[in-house]
Amino acid sequence: MTQGYNFAYLDEQTKRMIRRALLKAVAIPGHQVPFGSREMPLPYGWGTGGIQVTAAVLGADDVLKVIDQGADDTTNAVSIRRFFARTAGVRTTTRTAEATIIQTRHRIPERKLREDQILVYQVPLPEPLAKLEPSRAETKKMHALADYGAMHVKLYEDITRYGHVSISYDYPVMVNFRHLMSPSPIPAFDNPKLHMSPALQLFGAGREKRIYAVPPWTTVTSLDFEDHPFRATRAPHACGLCGATDSYLDEVVTDDRGGRLFCCSDTDYCAGRRA
Amino acid sequence: MSLDLPGFADPVADAQRSFRAALDAMAHPGQLHRLGGAPHPPPPLAAATAALLLTLADADTWLWLAPAFAAAREWVAFHTGAPLCADPADAAFVVADTLPDFSRLSAGSDEAPEDSATLIVQVAAIGEGRRFRLSGPGLRTPATLAVAGLPDGFAEIWAGNRALYPRGLDLLLVAGAALVALPRSVTVEAG
Repeated sequence: MTQGYNFAYLDEQTKRMIRRALLKAVAIPGHQVPFGSREMPLPYGWGTGGIQVTAAVLGADDVLKVIDQGADDTTNAVSIRRFFARTAGVRTTTRTAEATIIQTRHRIPERKLREDQILVYQVPLPEPLAKLEPSRAETKKMHALADYGAMHVKLYEDITRYGHVSISYDYPVMVNFRHLMSPSPIPAFDNPKLHMSPALQLFGAGREKRIYAVPPWTTVTSLDFEDHPFRATRAPHACGLCGATDSYLDEVVTDDRGGRLFCCSDTDYCAGRRA
Repeated sequence: MSLDLPGFADPVADAQRSFRAALDAMAHPGQLHRLGGAPHPPPPLAAATAALLLTLADADTWLWLAPAFAAAREWVAFHTGAPLCADPADAAFVVADTLPDFSRLSAGSDEAPEDSATLIVQVAAIGEGRRFRLSGPGLRTPATLAVAGLPDGFAEIWAGNRALYPRGLDLLLVAGAALVALPRSVTVEAG
């Protein structure tokens, strides 16, 4: 463990501030709580929000897994895992089943999570209404009044124009029948996993300075209409490596002659099936 | 002199453990958790109350202590650095030995419901006494919570708090080192 830093990099006062925000976030599922986001030793957009949440939650006994688009071996995941191995001395893993804390960028692991696990999301844009209403002052009012008609109109316009809702990731959800929430840019395929999850889910947006949470066993519904119900879609292929037909797939270009490989985005899930 | 009594032996690790217990308690309403950490709080401060204050309170949080905790004021002020306020309506954390009047505390605003107070109430015992049925986020199936030391009609008082949602108070019940959380999102029924 690197000397000269506090445990898990952040100073204790910052951790207290984040911890207070986290407790309020859990008490109001789906509501965005502002927090004093700190400058971190990596740029915005690389998971500064997720890292700060992880640093405030992490203990010496925790086992940390970090994924980026489902993969343990991409630059972002490797750097963040190494960061906490150095600043907190915690054990890290790539196995979903072994981890107590999983920090994720844009995926929920395929393997069903347990009640003793915490999932920490890196969130670029926490405001689900941002594309419809750029003013934060306005969107705060809309959340206060549960005035989410504009989002339903957006979905309706999609259906009239394309015949279906054209949102394939960051698909807006309603949490605990009250707050409209951005699930972070996870594929819509993952949305059903948010609902009644046994694991606590924490969301950190560093640049936008917001924290929110979904407690375990909480109702999370993807917005839809009775005659146009929400559908979780995936590429209509089996994984080219493990043959899975139930996992979310990445499309990988393999050569310059149009070669394509569809394979599991969750590398641990894929490796586990092939082992 | 309560100032002779120590705070956390290992401030970083003890605060982290206490926070995780509090986070877990908040995520699982009614579930019993234990907070050690500060083994010698000045009476009548319970071990779990002391651990929560050392973990969450600092110079940025107004704190209100019920008159019964007069003997612990110095210790709390010294170890947390939190300013103590005279009016509980101003407090981010309210520590009491009996359930205070909810209408005197901050429930937050519609736009910033997170500005509400967190209420820490020391009760006679958790796991015995009056029984309540809990349901809501964090509970897969309705749970039962038994608490000795809450007033008659607590379920009705809580229903009033629940009706303010997303505004409202979050309640942490403490007995010794035992902690149970009732976030504002939980529904409480007598029985």
